[in-house]
Amino acid sequence: MEYIASIVLISVGAALINNFVLHYFVGICPFVGVSRRVEMAFGMGCAVTFVISIAAFLSWTFTYFVTRPGAPVTTWIWGMVNPGSEAVVDLSILNYIIYIFVIASSVQFVEMYLRKFFPALFKAFGIFLPLITTNCAILFGCLEIMKHITGVSSPAEMWGLDKALVFAVSGGIGFAIAITMMAGIREELDLCDVPKPLEGAGITLLVAGIMAMAFMGFTGVDRGLEALLLK
Amino acid sequence: MPSKGPTATERFINGIIPENPLYRNLLGLCPALAVTNGMKPALTMAGATAFVLICANVITSLLRNVLKPHLRILVFTLTIATFVTIADRFLQAFMYDMSKILGPYVPLIIVNCMIISRCEVCASKQSVGTAFSDAVGVSLGFCLGLASIATVREILGSGTWMELRVLPEAWPNWGIMVLPPGAFLTLGLLLGGWNWYNARREAKAS
Repeated sequence: MEYIASIVLISVGAALINNFVLHYFVGICPFVGVSRRVEMAFGMGCAVTFVISIAAFLSWTFTYFVTRPGAPVTTWIWGMVNPGSEAVVDLSILNYIIYIFVIASSVQFVEMYLRKFFPALFKAFGIFLPLITTNCAILFGCLEIMKHITGVSSPAEMWGLDKALVFAVSGGIGFAIAITMMAGIREELDLCDVPKPLEGAGITLLVAGIMAMAFMGFTGVDRGLEALLLK
Repeated sequence: MPSKGPTATERFINGIIPENPLYRNLLGLCPALAVTNGMKPALTMAGATAFVLICANVITSLLRNVLKPHLRILVFTLTIATFVTIADRFLQAFMYDMSKILGPYVPLIIVNCMIISRCEVCASKQSVGTAFSDAVGVSLGFCLGLASIATVREILGSGTWMELRVLPEAWPNWGIMVLPPGAFLTLGLLLGGWNWYNARREAKAS
């Protein structure tokens, strides 16, 4: 039960309470740029969820096995080169470069794979895929996972692959929810008389501010859920 | 290599106000919203971004003749990631509290569209001097953008500026301003003001 509670808390936390867009401000560029039509926004949301899961899987694997202090693969290689050495090998200085490499190559790979095997899906979100490489939401997901592997006080608190994947997928879903809602509001705004200087990005940011206020209402939901699940 | 378009000095001035990265081009919005609840984090962020932008622009400009077109974005990102790692380690070593406050937003400089766009638009085509002055101008513009948002948010949200008290103690702090919604509202209104001012100036000029 405790395990289920922790999984539920991570997913609700990432998708609603600490929404990627409205609480952490990552992925603002597509949020402002691609939120004109609901179908486009939904496609972008799905593409981000898809890529963030793959990037989370790869970055968790690399962080856990290669770059964290005392990681198994690095320790093994170090032991082969310097038998009997007691030093703890820490490659975490390479983290950022590895993440950006992982994201760029997985986007490229997903694009090729979709074009070959799912042409319909490729047509649906092909145009968004190159944009996603520079989407902060993906890198932010990787960084949060890194924080929960290298920044924890005891090994027991370390996130396993399951928690990392749940975090990434629900973060992506949270992004999709926010951008689709924004697109729905903007479609209605087309019919309104917006003051000229605020047209476009200005009114989008103001609406986002009001949405962020609404999402602040989710604060504390996690405590209630935790109490409910552990009862 | 003869440089096309504006000269180095023009690029420097253009970056600050006329082509301000934040208000004019809407680039680099994530840090502009995330770290502007106080002046000090905003200025630290602007400094880190300026360091990365200047170094990345210079390196890209030096590499411009050996760059293969299809690999250029990858080279840009890896260059940027290297300098971001340096900046992040520096902050952790010498300004530990500040690096705690900035949190994941320092590594997120890697995917700041402003830096990639400067590498692509300017540094990969121009000589080192031009690329350098362009980077300095754009960084100053970005710094001004961050500082303007942070000023509004810090004064209204906690009654202080650079942690010095400017409004009387009786000022009821607008809590919303230092919370996420305040960032969106402030930037939206400032953007509206900027557009309104520019439209009025253009109408007067014509």
